[in-house]
Amino acid sequence: MVEDQNSVCFRTLHLKEPWALASYRSVGGYAQWEKILKEKTDPAKIIDELKLSALRGRGGAGFPTGLKWSFMPRSAPGQKYIVCNSDEGEPGTCKDRDILRYNPHQLIEGMAIAGYCIGATVGYNYIRGEFYEPIDRFEAALKEAYEAGLIGKDIQGSGVDFDLYTHCGAGAYICGEETALLESIEGKKGQPRFKPPFPAQFGLYGRPTTINNTESLASVPVILEKGGQWFLEQGRPNNGGPKLFSVTGHVERPDNFEVPLGTPFKDLLAMAGGVKGGKRLKAVIPGGSSVPVVPGDLMLQTDMDYDSIAKAGSMLGSGAVIVIAEGTCMVKVLANLAHFYAHESCGQCTPCREGTGWLARVLHRILNGQGRPQDIDLLDGVAGRIGGRTICALGDAAAMPVQSFLQHYRHEFEYMVEHGGRSLAEAA
Amino acid sequence: MSLRSAPLAVEAPERARDGLFTPEIRAQIDAHVAKYPPEWKQSAVMPALTLVQEWNGGWLTRELMDDVAAYLDMPPVAVYEVATFYGMYDLEPVGRHKIGVCNSVSCLLCGSEDLIHHVERKYGVRPGETTADGRFTFKEVECLGACRHAPAVLVGKTYHECLTPEALDKLIEELD
Repeated sequence: MVEDQNSVCFRTLHLKEPWALASYRSVGGYAQWEKILKEKTDPAKIIDELKLSALRGRGGAGFPTGLKWSFMPRSAPGQKYIVCNSDEGEPGTCKDRDILRYNPHQLIEGMAIAGYCIGATVGYNYIRGEFYEPIDRFEAALKEAYEAGLIGKDIQGSGVDFDLYTHCGAGAYICGEETALLESIEGKKGQPRFKPPFPAQFGLYGRPTTINNTESLASVPVILEKGGQWFLEQGRPNNGGPKLFSVTGHVERPDNFEVPLGTPFKDLLAMAGGVKGGKRLKAVIPGGSSVPVVPGDLMLQTDMDYDSIAKAGSMLGSGAVIVIAEGTCMVKVLANLAHFYAHESCGQCTPCREGTGWLARVLHRILNGQGRPQDIDLLDGVAGRIGGRTICALGDAAAMPVQSFLQHYRHEFEYMVEHGGRSLAEAA
Repeated sequence: MSLRSAPLAVEAPERARDGLFTPEIRAQIDAHVAKYPPEWKQSAVMPALTLVQEWNGGWLTRELMDDVAAYLDMPPVAVYEVATFYGMYDLEPVGRHKIGVCNSVSCLLCGSEDLIHHVERKYGVRPGETTADGRFTFKEVECLGACRHAPAVLVGKTYHECLTPEALDKLIEELD
């Protein structure tokens, strides 16, 4: 069983009122920020420490955070921005919400340090609009931090400025895509931008900008406190640190678990109490709804880190582990996913706008007993024509589940088409 | 640099900004405007629409969107684009409350369809509709990010988690 839990983003979780400034202070909170302010630490040194830690972006793409920061033209004149992506909405993912609710100060400290390293004196935290309680917690923490003189102008007489604001979303999954998020802050529809130019050159308001996920930024203070080497050793080479895993679906005790990268999936499953009702494990979507599904038997031999899951044919993504028990109809699950992407496509690129609708409608038809034998190849064909042909990754995110479900569970789709909508899995 | 990120600022027509909404709402919008660069007043369009919608009983009229446009020096069409793009803005009259049942994958696996079918049967509303007595507007929403306590339902501004049809009923009965 895994013992070293809750060592980074959840390090205040055991305290009473873990979200309060005093609680965060009691675990060493803001010590790194104050040290930086006092010693005027060379930003390059901090970035080197992050690179050593092998912290990879926790939002889904897994891009090395230190490397991302190093792309910023730090000493270029003019305003630069640090933006936090708290637009958590990938189905299955519920970790950033708990960082905002239970440890908002660590995110503020992480954002302040990030701003210092990339030369940004202004930061925005983009929080999805439905997160009323987390927004209130974060705003209350911001107020505390301002009042304590931890952020603002000429912080603690250091000459360093850092202002941080909340920007609330209003219900659009696509705003979790970093350039759509920037458009949204600019008061527009959240439609992703074509890249290049990348945000480090042309970001918010056309200025150099770094966007990081909530969990990535909240990990930074602990990495600096304990060292990049320590963080790296918590995980595996190229997969540094612990990571939050949201284990949901058919498990006895769904929850968030902060455990080292490289933890075997079977241990994580055991922490969540095993498969609900003692059933057999059928399948796992290991990194949020956008990643390929992995059959249960293969998953039980896989470890939870970026590279191991890639070898199993999927992706670690956001760390949302969706567990599916025996007896679940995979056609129904896929139809649900397809509906989601059709609903959330921003409508900008034709292959995604039209293709996600096709996928959803054809799957709906199969579920309703009106499927045709050629529909299964049609699904595969449509998915294949979306992937790689769109501005952002939502197109791929819609296509990958379809292709992987058909690869592993094609017989369930065929059975349903042949039997007028009857489910093979539910009949069994 | 590209023109793409230039603000769409337009001169407001001859309208008295001071007369729009209420002084409290104007002050709240102004507090949002202050977060952004001076030339980017339009960055406050989302919070402004949220505030105005709440003030208007949960939905936005064309006139209110026009007022937001005037208040933020935006072309009205730019405000309509935002109001129609984001799911939390309602452009039709709504009930006194809004109930959003999450039906994304983790909630589906934990019984969200039972909740939806239950509401449909018992209260006679399909997703997107308002009950005949105007008590609530029923929505099927995408992932609320509360997957570890599925199924999740958003009632007004409050999350309710691990819900059964009976527990949801109790919540609904408590609404005025």
